[in-house]
Amino acid sequence: MENPDTSTSTSTVRRNSKRPKYSKFTQQELPACKPILTPRWVISAFMLISFVFIPIGVATLFASRDVVEIVDRYDSACIPANETDKVKYIQTPGDKPCNRTLRVPKRMKPPIFVYYQLENFYQNHRRYVKSRNDQQLRDSKEANSVSGCKPEDYNNGSAIVPCGLIAWSLFNDTYSLSRNNVPLNVSKKDISWKSDREHKFGKDVYPKNFQSGGLIGGGILDPNIPLSDQEDLIVWMRTAALPNFRKLYGKIEVELQENDVIDVALGNNYNTYSFNGKKKLVLSTTSWLGGKNDFLGIAYLTVGGLCFFLAMVFTVVYLVKPRQLGDPSYLSWNRNPGWH
Amino acid sequence: METSNHAIERASSVNSLSRRSVSSIQSKMSGGNSLKEVSVAELGSKRVRHGSSRGGDSEFFSMSLKEINDEDARLVYINDPERTNEKFEFAGNEVRTGKYSLITFLPRNLFEQFHRVAYIYFLVIAILNQLPQLAVFGRGASILPLAFVLFVTAIKDAYEDYRRHRADKIENNRHALVWNNGQFQSKRWKDILVGEVIKIKVNETLPCDMVLLSTSDPTGVAYVQTINLDGESNLKTRYAKQETLSRSPEREKIAGLIKCEKPNRNIYGFQANMELDGKKLSLGPSNIVLRGCELKNTAWAVGVAVHTGRETKAMLNSSGAPSKRSSLETRMNLEIVILSFFLITLCIVVSVGAAVWLKHFEDRLDSIVFYHKKDYSKGTVDIDNYNYYGWGMEIFFTFLMAVIVFQIMIPISLYISMELVRIGQAYFMVRDTNMYDEASDSRFQCRALNINEDLGQIKYVFSDKTGTLTENKMEFQSASIGGVDFSHTKASMQGDQVAYMVKVDGKVMKPKVTVKANPELLRLARIEKDSPGESYIHNFFLALASCNTLVPFVIDTSDPAVKIIDYQGESPDEQALAYAAAAYGYMLIERSSGHIVIDVQGEKQRFNVLGLHEFDSDRKRMSVILGCPDKSVKVYVKGADTTMFSVIDRSFQEQVVHATENHLHSYSSLGLRTLVVGMRELSSLEFEQWHSTFEAASTALLGRAALLRKVASNVEKKIKVLGASGIEDKLQQGVPEAIESLRAAGMKVWVLTGDKQETAISIGYSSKLLTGNMTQIIINNNSKESCRKNLEENLLMSKKLMPDSAIGSDAARSSDAGKVQLALIIDGTSLVYVLDSDLEEQLFQLASKCSVVLCCRVAPLQKAGIVALVKKRTADMTLAIGDGANDVSMIQMADVGVGISGQEGRQAVMASDFSMGQFRFLIPLLLVHGHWNYQRMAYMIIYNFYRNSVFVFLMFWFTLFTGFTLTTAITEWSSVLYSVIYTSFPTIVVGILDKNLSRRTLLEYPQLYGSGQRDESYNSKLFWLAMADTLWQSIVVYFIPLFAYWNSTVDISSLGDLWTIAIVIVVNLHLAMDVIRWSWITHAAIWGSIFATCLCVIIIDAIPMLFGFGAIFEIGKTSLFWALLLIIVVAALAPRLAIKVLYQYYRPNDIQIAREAEKYGNLRQVEQLEVEMNSMMTANQRR
Repeated sequence: MENPDTSTSTSTVRRNSKRPKYSKFTQQELPACKPILTPRWVISAFMLISFVFIPIGVATLFASRDVVEIVDRYDSACIPANETDKVKYIQTPGDKPCNRTLRVPKRMKPPIFVYYQLENFYQNHRRYVKSRNDQQLRDSKEANSVSGCKPEDYNNGSAIVPCGLIAWSLFNDTYSLSRNNVPLNVSKKDISWKSDREHKFGKDVYPKNFQSGGLIGGGILDPNIPLSDQEDLIVWMRTAALPNFRKLYGKIEVELQENDVIDVALGNNYNTYSFNGKKKLVLSTTSWLGGKNDFLGIAYLTVGGLCFFLAMVFTVVYLVKPRQLGDPSYLSWNRNPGWH
Repeated sequence: METSNHAIERASSVNSLSRRSVSSIQSKMSGGNSLKEVSVAELGSKRVRHGSSRGGDSEFFSMSLKEINDEDARLVYINDPERTNEKFEFAGNEVRTGKYSLITFLPRNLFEQFHRVAYIYFLVIAILNQLPQLAVFGRGASILPLAFVLFVTAIKDAYEDYRRHRADKIENNRHALVWNNGQFQSKRWKDILVGEVIKIKVNETLPCDMVLLSTSDPTGVAYVQTINLDGESNLKTRYAKQETLSRSPEREKIAGLIKCEKPNRNIYGFQANMELDGKKLSLGPSNIVLRGCELKNTAWAVGVAVHTGRETKAMLNSSGAPSKRSSLETRMNLEIVILSFFLITLCIVVSVGAAVWLKHFEDRLDSIVFYHKKDYSKGTVDIDNYNYYGWGMEIFFTFLMAVIVFQIMIPISLYISMELVRIGQAYFMVRDTNMYDEASDSRFQCRALNINEDLGQIKYVFSDKTGTLTENKMEFQSASIGGVDFSHTKASMQGDQVAYMVKVDGKVMKPKVTVKANPELLRLARIEKDSPGESYIHNFFLALASCNTLVPFVIDTSDPAVKIIDYQGESPDEQALAYAAAAYGYMLIERSSGHIVIDVQGEKQRFNVLGLHEFDSDRKRMSVILGCPDKSVKVYVKGADTTMFSVIDRSFQEQVVHATENHLHSYSSLGLRTLVVGMRELSSLEFEQWHSTFEAASTALLGRAALLRKVASNVEKKIKVLGASGIEDKLQQGVPEAIESLRAAGMKVWVLTGDKQETAISIGYSSKLLTGNMTQIIINNNSKESCRKNLEENLLMSKKLMPDSAIGSDAARSSDAGKVQLALIIDGTSLVYVLDSDLEEQLFQLASKCSVVLCCRVAPLQKAGIVALVKKRTADMTLAIGDGANDVSMIQMADVGVGISGQEGRQAVMASDFSMGQFRFLIPLLLVHGHWNYQRMAYMIIYNFYRNSVFVFLMFWFTLFTGFTLTTAITEWSSVLYSVIYTSFPTIVVGILDKNLSRRTLLEYPQLYGSGQRDESYNSKLFWLAMADTLWQSIVVYFIPLFAYWNSTVDISSLGDLWTIAIVIVVNLHLAMDVIRWSWITHAAIWGSIFATCLCVIIIDAIPMLFGFGAIFEIGKTSLFWALLLIIVVAALAPRLAIKVLYQYYRPNDIQIAREAEKYGNLRQVEQLEVEMNSMMTANQRR
């Protein structure tokens, strides 16, 4: 069949043709890499992982073992034996002194960090974690913004600074350390984040109306020191992620020798007894990886070991029962029906 | 002779061409001769198609003659718009396709957007979050994502609407000539009213639906092109009523009443009455021209507006494609239910935990510093509880808060991602140059946007034959004339191929389409014209040239001396026959009212067309009554052999009939469409008889169709057989290879055709649907009982032949193993007894054992019935492909409907989900795009389930360590951005771009398609595997840092940042592990997402106002953080990698093998190994 029209109209048809323009993109033919998990590749990958992980595991484990840590639980020990109601005891006003003695098991190099450790204390509780007002903490003009701070927002009609449950429940046990009756200086400087001091807690914001309500939650703040210098508060306000946590109390900048005996004069004020919360005093050095925790080292060793094991298994299986890659006889329609 | 002549003239004046109501001769007649209005015009616009029955014709006849009830009618006073519009509120002609106005935009758009369940879920959660007791997230963070999605969609909608408004404005301000105050005045379209008289000039577009009153043609013909309406480019003829012809407003004031049906969307139907001067005329679809059509070849036309604006048929038809849901999405709902179950379980666990915790500390809650139950701020007397509503309520609130926190367990973002991915996939399908049809200049079209992935799971393909497997370009191939076979054999084709041409008025005219002529026949035709009376050949070609409804158009060419004759008509068969007749020297060159001019071997002859009996599906033939130049009256008939042989006079030409029958048989077994041509000379008495009954019938007001049919059958008898014609409907390019690939891909191909059994079988062979080694089961019965018996017998036989095929799914595989293959051939008559009866089940049983099913002589509704029969009984996906109006029901019934935008108009395309130019594009569509789309979408769904639930589990573990109070360590902004920025781009990019196999491989091994049919990429096993992986990964990500930071100074924000970054890296690397093709876009998306996450975390932590200020900088300084990140990523992903490797290596699926083969170049080896593959490979190369 010949259409005389076509010859004349071909050119116009070409111009208006709807033919899709060819490009590698539209034809889905962009250059691409198509990696395939070959046995060799997989075995080397697992081997590589194990070769990297096992040394890391060993190194972390050593680092963790190098850390010297003294942990002393004092919450029940600091209740006089004749007191049956611990909560009532802790809630009675007045000093509740308590003396503890710690022995240094190994030489501890400075800086030695002094922590308090609370357990079963849900600083991440929803009611608690939101009960603060960051605007108020930053800006002296925002003293009255107490939204989110309920029920610790106002006291007798005027706003509390810093408001909220977190500040209200500030930890207030005190430790005074001495070695051989020589007081150990526990530095409270720079125990909080620099960024917090500089940007989150105002230099001109002073505590106001704090802890003056019906129920005292915890520590009191010196109303003459700006919030940015109240480092205990700043540390406390960095709410912990988990119900068992440590917070930095201070730093000791002198070396402690093995078998040194450290006396701790403790002010036991903080109430964790109502929820069976433990309190511990911790002295610890650090490694490049942080505190004493064997878990990471073990984890690295386990993963490295398992990867090594997998690599071995794959090697054996590969040698015992190899399969040629891309062998068409494995295609389902080429196998004989009884095969699969 | 005198009387007879008179009669002829009268008859011709009555009828002319049946569609020209009254000829010009009428004016010469004495006025007293009461010629009633002949309105056979309705019959004119129907398609004439031989061989394939078109249902609905007969209903149509009766419909058009129904009286219209006054209540249902629309009264249009011609040329009196005031009166027309005073009673009824007809729509103005202003069209508004825009959905919104400035004021209604916001409420309406929001209303429409919230039709989606996903958004409602979003909204309910966001509202819950606004309650002070439940405020888990801040206001901003909880509303922002929803607001963002709504905003983006609203902008998109607004832009689309703006474009529609602009288009409307242009459309509404076009001008048309409207009769007003004694002249035609230009008026804007939007001001046109129903009842106004409008004048349209050539090539102008019609502003509204109007009934024709008069045209520039003295007989009232107007040609319109309906390409904007139904896509058909051939010209359609429309007629003005004889009575109104002379009443153009310029000459004589016209007034009348048109009573027409209510506006509806049927563009092929219209019924109305016109009352004019007390006479009642009936109007049909051929008297109306529709908005959007263009007037062609007619200088002007005048009509009265009956439907305007949104009531026009064009506007009523402008609705979108039907919406279907993909099977994957339906299947996915099950997993969504499981996930909801998970969600509720998690919430219950948290609530129970909270209940126990609160109970345990109930009496001490007040003194617990971090709980602080009572509010002391107002002094120590009269102390209220603060934010504590009692044990029961607290638990209830905890449950609701848990729902809010864990909301993304239901992956709402998945629905949005899926839509984006489908748009991307559609973009690539449309742009695929392999699916562009040069001949029709048509691209692939995605009309339905939500079933892309179904294309990868098709099990049954139902195909129309004519126009789908074949080109529907008819070519005259063979003729049997007077018992002599003149076939266009190879040898004869080398002969005379020169186009026939004649000289008329010093100008050369030639037909538009040249036909390869048989030189022997050509010679005989030239000789025999001298003895025309008796010659079979002369009468045969005269019948071909005259017995049709074609209109010849003379087209100028660049050479002024040469003109081309183009036959415009609605039946491609008729065109082919007329071009053939032209090639043998019988060229129809003019058709005007009442007569036709045929150039017989260079000599112009004028024939009076005295009457024409249109084709209808009952008679399956048409006839024309011609008054020949020698004053004789002849009736020429052509029609399907089945009905023609029953009206043939066998007495005097036994041999010819017999030979013709033999030839017919051989033609149809060659796959040709056959027609039998016959004639009879009418005596003047017979003519008078016929004429009076014809006249009576065609003016009858009731039952006209039946009466006309009766008249036709009275005259169509004792026919002398002239011969038979064989028309080839050529197979489309690549059809046999395509069908072979489809079958190799494990699809069952059913061909449903209106053709005869022999034709169907022969097409079956030529399209490689049927092969020589197949056992054919033919079901061809005339009663239910015999049908049942036949089915049962064959079922038994098939069981014997294929004893183990009951396994079912292996049928596709065994088909290649050289086993006995069955082909079922069943005809429409048997289907009548089978469908909707208890035999359906047996037919299905039998058909499922057959690899090929061929249904012949099926009516359109039966096609849908067959699809429904299969759909009801299996969960397998069905696809129907067709090109004509008769395939619409089947296309809509099937899970996936594909329309071929071919010769038969656009109804099939309009009803389809996908449309394309050629049948063979089904192969790239299914095997390549369908396969990809399915794999991508399936992977994406499972990945999204995993991605969201791993995050939820991470938060859940943390909840267990916060006293069950749903604190989130991860900042609220990060949890909002998690599914928006942190992890969404890679999955969308992979969902659009990843390809597991190259196009070449997929085409070479159609069997790879089976992975979609077997649900290999999305099934319960994969889902539970993903969930197990989710659990493991969330445990690793959560607990490794937990143990590492136990009893340490770490704060909640730092740990939250570690978890955020760790989970995002794990989730993105998880995806990276499964990516098959790494193009630069994939790299950018995956690594970019991880980078963006870190950036976001840093930005969030750099805002002093936020809680976590500075955390990432502090924790980033510690080496523990980096050590943890490394081990988390490795420990989380190592098991998956190990299992994946083991699976890929020791239980490789086909796709894996093919991927390896692709990479390591074992393809050549494959060719050598596989003998049976070779044929297929070559087939592909040929393509």
